[in-house]
Amino acid sequence: MSAPDRSLVGAAARPRGWIERFCRPVSGNRRTSFGDIAIVAISALFLGIFLVIPLATIFSLALKNGIHAYFRAVTEPYARSAIWLTFVTAAVVLPINLGFGLAAGWAIGKFEFRGKEFLTTLIDLPFAVSPVIGGMLFVLLFGAQGIVGPWLIAHGVKIIFAKPGIILATMFVTSPFVARELIPVMQASGSEEEQAAISLGAGGWQTFFRVTLPNVKWGVLYGVILCNARAIGEFGAVSVVSGNISGLTSTMPLYIEVLYDDYNFSAAFAVSSLLSLVAVLTLVAKRIVGRHVGVGTAASASADEELAA
Amino acid sequence: MTRKCLFGVVIVSLFLCGARSASAATVALLNASYDATREFYRDYNAAFVKYWKAKTGQDVRIEMSHTGSGKEARAVIDGLDADVVSLALAYDIDAIARRTGYLPADWQSRLPNDSSPYSSTIVFLVRKGNPKHIKDWPDLINPGVSVVTPNPKTSGGARWAFLAAWEYALKADGGSEDKARQFVRALYKHVPVLDTGARGSTATFAERGIGDVLLSWENEAYLVINKSAKGQFEIIYPSISIVAQPPVAWLDKNVSRHGTTALAKAYLEYLYSEQGQEIAANHYFRPVKNPTGRYRALPFIKTFTINDAFGGWSSAQKKFFADGGVFDQIYQP
Repeated sequence: MSAPDRSLVGAAARPRGWIERFCRPVSGNRRTSFGDIAIVAISALFLGIFLVIPLATIFSLALKNGIHAYFRAVTEPYARSAIWLTFVTAAVVLPINLGFGLAAGWAIGKFEFRGKEFLTTLIDLPFAVSPVIGGMLFVLLFGAQGIVGPWLIAHGVKIIFAKPGIILATMFVTSPFVARELIPVMQASGSEEEQAAISLGAGGWQTFFRVTLPNVKWGVLYGVILCNARAIGEFGAVSVVSGNISGLTSTMPLYIEVLYDDYNFSAAFAVSSLLSLVAVLTLVAKRIVGRHVGVGTAASASADEELAA
Repeated sequence: MTRKCLFGVVIVSLFLCGARSASAATVALLNASYDATREFYRDYNAAFVKYWKAKTGQDVRIEMSHTGSGKEARAVIDGLDADVVSLALAYDIDAIARRTGYLPADWQSRLPNDSSPYSSTIVFLVRKGNPKHIKDWPDLINPGVSVVTPNPKTSGGARWAFLAAWEYALKADGGSEDKARQFVRALYKHVPVLDTGARGSTATFAERGIGDVLLSWENEAYLVINKSAKGQFEIIYPSISIVAQPPVAWLDKNVSRHGTTALAKAYLEYLYSEQGQEIAANHYFRPVKNPTGRYRALPFIKTFTINDAFGGWSSAQKKFFADGGVFDQIYQP
């Protein structure tokens, strides 16, 4: 598609009508051109084909055999244990990554030190490598042929192919979310307020909890929401370390795969619909929180200044 | 302070859920198996739990792990704490024995019939009315025929299928090693997707509608027929195929650590009992013996065994599926 032809825009002296209500250029006084409409229409079509239709399909297939079959599918013992394990994993992973994210964001955002660039890059590592490698890494460490695995197994501690492995793999994959979100926000809020607090006699923890944290709370929340969504949906890394023991080490995404492989399509889509619901809730929460924090670094910086003011 | 407490709780809970839930009343047994046995073991486990309770008064819970046979073996080697393994082919259990020493190298002689309580074979699953007229192995390489089979590097069923095709071409009129090589080369030219496991290939063929024929485990083919709308698919028995023997074994080192040795042996021995054989037959496996037609009978098919045709799995694996083996030589995507 070619870009909207600006020379035509002035010439087209159409009256300002219903089209402008749906679609008009953000800047300038020019009228809506066909190019503009075409671009918006293409985006809408794309979203429809790739997002809305598949999402609707999941829900319609989930309910294909009726509402009773749906509830039976999601309350079945294996399904219940998969749902439970998924949320336990998220509940363990979130506070840890929150602690890590706050510490990393605080250190990088508020201090200058040697190796800061290196640390910032390192935090992004789990985003850069494939989740499968994240999983393998723990197998190489804690597996029976691994580095510390034989010792742990001899002492009756199971990490891999058990719940701790799932939690560790999820933690690895989701660790950057809070930190990534906080670093720009922390940087933008500067350190003047902290200096003022300390000069007025506040202690270190007091400054952190009463000055630093309130300034970045929306950023924290935003990071936590994203981290939670990924923790619940993680497939690749968890698949490597899970061993897929039904009812024991099967999370929701893994359980969906098992159901699908079992030709149990309506149950697979029923559990999928739960995950999709979490996704939709995430998007809503993200939208609400995003309004406070502003998305993207420049926007978030200015939004945060507004908040601080 | 609360933060510190929280962190402590998290660490402790991490280790707690690592410990095996050791309630005195119920004993757990983990069976590491492959894709195509999900439905069979669901029924068999229920029967065994009842049998064991009646015999010993002990409650037992059977846990299952299913994936491609090779991947499952890899997981056991890496520490999946299974008590027993029931895999698609002996080579995968050999690999566990060789790499971990969890069980002796001669494990296959510990249970009857080479430790294979049931067998299956490789058949063709075609679409309604068999529009491409696929009757036997040579029809698979007719122009315009598209064949679905998983990757022999990762799938047990695919390795059985590859060997069946090879042996057919070798034993056909005027057959030779060169002819066999040409035949399998041509065959894999007709394969549009190589999934990693049997279940993936079945979904490709039955759900996604790709291909004219699926080279399938016999029991898996019947499962597709029963789970899909009537008359949508047909099973074709080729003139000759391979006896696919999925073996079972207990892992000595793991069961002695769990204290489940007697239970694990009984669990596997019960597969050979009348009830175990009947459940296997109900799931379209072939029982060890079916002399009086007691169990569900499957159509007769002329077969050969891996030991007779290829001298066992070790040599077949080395010749065909190892890196640089025949499969690597003939297959170019």
